[in-house]
Amino acid sequence: MRTCLSDAVAPSVWKASRRVLERCGVQVRVPRAQTCCSQPAWTTGQADQARAVARHTLEVFAGPEEVVVPSGSCAGMVVHAYPEMFRGHPEEETALDLARRTIELTQFLQKHDLDPGPGTSGPVTMHDSCHMLRVMHESASPREALTRAGCELREMHGTDRCCGFGGVFSITFPELSARLGEEKARAAVESGAPEVVSCDLGCLMHVAGVAHRRGIPLRARHIAEVLDG
Amino acid sequence: MSTRRRRASGRVAYPDAHGTLRERTVQALADDTLRGNLETAAASWGESRDAMRDRARDIRRRNIRELPALLSEMQAKVREAGGTVVRAQDGAEAARYITGLARARGVTVVAKSKSMATEEIKLNESLTDAGIEVVETDLGEWILQLAGERPSHIIAPAVHLNRGQVAALFREEAGTDDVPDDREGLVAHARVRLREKFAQAGMGVSGVNLGVASTGTVCIVENEGNARLVTSQPRIHVAVMGMERVVADWDEAAHILQVLPMAAIGQDAANYVNLITGPRREGEADGPEEFHLVIVDGGRGALRGTEFEEALSCIRCGACLYSCPMWKSVGGQAYGSPYSGPIGAVITPLLEGPASPASRDLPFMSSLCGACGEACPVGIPLQDLLVRARARASSPATRRSAVAFRAWSRLWRRPTTYRACMAGWRLMLRARGKGGWVTRLPGPGAGWTQVRDMPSHWPPRP
Repeated sequence: MRTCLSDAVAPSVWKASRRVLERCGVQVRVPRAQTCCSQPAWTTGQADQARAVARHTLEVFAGPEEVVVPSGSCAGMVVHAYPEMFRGHPEEETALDLARRTIELTQFLQKHDLDPGPGTSGPVTMHDSCHMLRVMHESASPREALTRAGCELREMHGTDRCCGFGGVFSITFPELSARLGEEKARAAVESGAPEVVSCDLGCLMHVAGVAHRRGIPLRARHIAEVLDG
Repeated sequence: MSTRRRRASGRVAYPDAHGTLRERTVQALADDTLRGNLETAAASWGESRDAMRDRARDIRRRNIRELPALLSEMQAKVREAGGTVVRAQDGAEAARYITGLARARGVTVVAKSKSMATEEIKLNESLTDAGIEVVETDLGEWILQLAGERPSHIIAPAVHLNRGQVAALFREEAGTDDVPDDREGLVAHARVRLREKFAQAGMGVSGVNLGVASTGTVCIVENEGNARLVTSQPRIHVAVMGMERVVADWDEAAHILQVLPMAAIGQDAANYVNLITGPRREGEADGPEEFHLVIVDGGRGALRGTEFEEALSCIRCGACLYSCPMWKSVGGQAYGSPYSGPIGAVITPLLEGPASPASRDLPFMSSLCGACGEACPVGIPLQDLLVRARARASSPATRRSAVAFRAWSRLWRRPTTYRACMAGWRLMLRARGKGGWVTRLPGPGAGWTQVRDMPSHWPPRP
């Protein structure tokens, strides 16, 4: 799954994810017809509109393969929210099936003990995105992947704290969102690493955007790009 | 002198430290009773946080399912103990009853202990309008009363004020500069001022942390001892309870009373646990002559059997507030409702109805980070409830977003239109980008660039 944010802002993220997987010997198919997991509509409370888009996603990802997502948030959407979204609908079984087959990129690497080889070396700090941490319940797999790739991990203070992105929240409560983003950017800089890495592009766009506006020197890259080297 | 002690059976109960350690382990391993005893003990002491939460969740879910029966039992037992029970459909009815009672009994001063339910039913306004003096006796609540503010936290209402601000309020109230500004001095000052009020109060009003149906007992936990005075000193005690705050029996109560202070402030047990069953009985030395339990529905009953039912499990510990990055950034008062934080954002729209001003956007003030659900000691999936609350909200903003998302959905469910959107968006970013960054976006993107830049290239250029 490419994710819509990657399509909109950073195609390099899904392309890097594909290369990382292929380097591990995984046969990768990136369905051209895919669009979005529908999270923006779902979390705004527009369930019917979300379902219409999610239904398309169910169709595109029908089939027995595992679905790897370079985002804890989009993966969490499929795994956690699809079952609720389609409860009592004709697609309920299909949704449950896709939820079972869906997994975040670094979780997939860990699950199958895959090693893409050396990526970018050097110090990085890792931001645990909320949905990776509290929906996918994962904090170990990205760290293991980074260490394996040759990165030196410098943990920041409050790595599990929300960066304030929150999807549509970031534009409905911009000041509050930016306050949290600034705290995150400063915590990242204080870790001593020049670059923040995360499994979620949304958090990174937001934190990097706030850092740039406030003149905080911080680089940001998606974990797939770091693993890709 | 032999240190050996023998049981009746004559077996050595405490083996002497002769023999090797390994021999002693072998000896101990042969004792099945011992192992059983130790396992039982360990299980009762070392209950993990997860296990405690699971049990608390199960208890509370069951309570809510059986609520009508529990409330009937509670009501019957309180009456048996000589108390009066009033069921109020809404806050106004509850406030009316209490104010009417105070008037009828000629009460001029009411002493209150900390209670969010009385905030909810706007009791202070009602009593004050009737010319009755209301004194908050919880230290934090008293500070807020002096400041003319509302609680910013369920448990720690004045947590947003610092020592200096508190000292200034106390000086103003006392009409003298002779108020110390160290912690102990401030508390001592408040203690003296408040004791005077207890002596004058004809009615004490408290909240209820838990009602225990099997005995008709209300439990009030606190750390300052003021609730004990409020519930025992004045002639009349009125306890105000949200209808969902009832458990079946003491087994359940014991567990919840342990979970509550732990989740609230990391305390193993509250300093004071007041257990009150009816008014003073014959032969008892103290306690009120009258006990009234006011059970408030206020929109709660209608939530049973809905997708929001789990919110009724809440024990008002405030753990979700402290876990919430939004609450930590703005404090509880910004929410504009008695209940703030994630639980407030969920239940306020439910209790006040979707049309109330506070209800329109409260559920949207969350990044859905899920820290609240993780912190909740009774396992309420708060982030899911927030999403459901958003779906239920109705305001000009939600209607605009419905229109926008209808268009979005038509474009994004088809690959061709979706790809066109994305290509157009990327072109726009490139066109507007300077040095890798866009500083002004049109339309809904304006909210983004108001406070931050948007990278036109990825990875973003430093």
